[in-house]
Amino acid sequence: MKHDYIDRYSKLESPVHSLDPRAKAIALFALIVICVTTPPRAWWAFCVYAGVVLIIAAASRVPVSYLLSRVLVVLPFILMVAVFIPFMHKGGTSYDLGPFAVSSEGLLVLWNVAIKSTISVSCLILLSSTTPFPDLMHGLERLHVPSFFTTVAAFMYRYIFVIVDEAQRMKRACESRNFRGRWIWQARTVGYMVASLFLRSHDRAERVYQAMCARGFDGTFPLQRESSMRAADYVFMSVVVLIVLTGRLAVLWK
Amino acid sequence: MIGLDTREAIRIESLSYHYHDGTPALEDVNLTVRRGESIAVMGPNGAGKSTMALHLNGILSGEGRVEIMGLEVCGKNLSEIRSMVGLVFQDPDDQLFCPTVREDVSFGPRNQKLTQELVDQAVSRALTWVGMEGSEDRSPHHMSFGEKKRISLATVLSMDPEILVLDEPATNLDPKGRRELIELVRGFEVTKVIISHDTGMTRELCDRLIIIDDGRIVADGHTDELLSDSRLLELHGLL
Repeated sequence: MKHDYIDRYSKLESPVHSLDPRAKAIALFALIVICVTTPPRAWWAFCVYAGVVLIIAAASRVPVSYLLSRVLVVLPFILMVAVFIPFMHKGGTSYDLGPFAVSSEGLLVLWNVAIKSTISVSCLILLSSTTPFPDLMHGLERLHVPSFFTTVAAFMYRYIFVIVDEAQRMKRACESRNFRGRWIWQARTVGYMVASLFLRSHDRAERVYQAMCARGFDGTFPLQRESSMRAADYVFMSVVVLIVLTGRLAVLWK
Repeated sequence: MIGLDTREAIRIESLSYHYHDGTPALEDVNLTVRRGESIAVMGPNGAGKSTMALHLNGILSGEGRVEIMGLEVCGKNLSEIRSMVGLVFQDPDDQLFCPTVREDVSFGPRNQKLTQELVDQAVSRALTWVGMEGSEDRSPHHMSFGEKKRISLATVLSMDPEILVLDEPATNLDPKGRRELIELVRGFEVTKVIISHDTGMTRELCDRLIIIDDGRIVADGHTDELLSDSRLLELHGLL
């Protein structure tokens, strides 16, 4: 069965792709942290952040439509909650919209959530679509992210499709016997499917662990090869952090 | 190592194993395999073939004694035993758990604490051996079943094992893939234990055959002789 890659476009060739994963991770995480700590009325600072994200995106040659589609997958969840805030929040001037009243304070909160989440999510999507997933994990490992997290993520990357395949096979087998999970009384069957998927995954985990032990696994993952960052990586990192920091500090001086 | 008979690759003495719930899986199994020998293991589903294989490198341990190249399979010898016994699991999705081929094939050698240079050599040697050179950076989940099978083999070949234990190596392969796999395995000059239902492959690769049924070895002999005994095969659900 064919599926989408999690890190599609991560093997393109571009200036951004060729950077060390560590440089990209540090620069983009710095951008996220600086962005979320900026006061919401600092309009110009957000323009600077968005500008940096757009420039990196353009340099990476990843299709804009792909980046947008990914951002749109994550954002609705955040906005669904935030969109009610202007109606609930009291404070500031309020505008009448028929039966509802919208407060300006509330609107500011909505803007705050929307812009910060958009920029943060875009950064993460840029990071994951310009770095092959395994490289990203090794990069994070070298940045001393606990290997527990990177290992779990690496296993997820490896097995998510195996589990999706298994679920699809099971669904087809059910449908071939005229099952359509549509009615509430069919929930029981769906429950069985989920349960058996869990059991199968559990058994598989056991077998994978045995296969690891068979090759001498003793509880610690052997280290990967070392690689060192080049000048270009340091330049990229410093330029991004400097520009973003300038935007952030300019707000303070005003 | 003085005084050990190193001509024996595998020696199993009165091995019994029970599942957690007490169901017996192996009962009083005795088996000796000489160095360089290729033996096939056949038996109906659930007879205990895979369970026996998992005892060969100490993943499971029952009552009785298992020796590999004269070394007892027990806690203190485990890492040495696992370097000597290359066990390839039936489902390549169990065997291949890393995001890239390179990491999977180098997993064993890195656990053996080899230097980076030796690890790299082992990886490229193993991949060339199975005809998959150049696929170091691919992800297993985007490979065909036959390719995954080859990579699975490479993951243990990179450890330079003395004994190769293959659990159903040809199952689910298409005829061409099966033929290529047989040729590949024939080329490995190590002791081989091949668990399979594939009588054609068994005949081609192994002179000796043991049949396991209900946790016991019920026949041990020349492959052609045993395979032509239709009464025996039928009795143990192999025909």
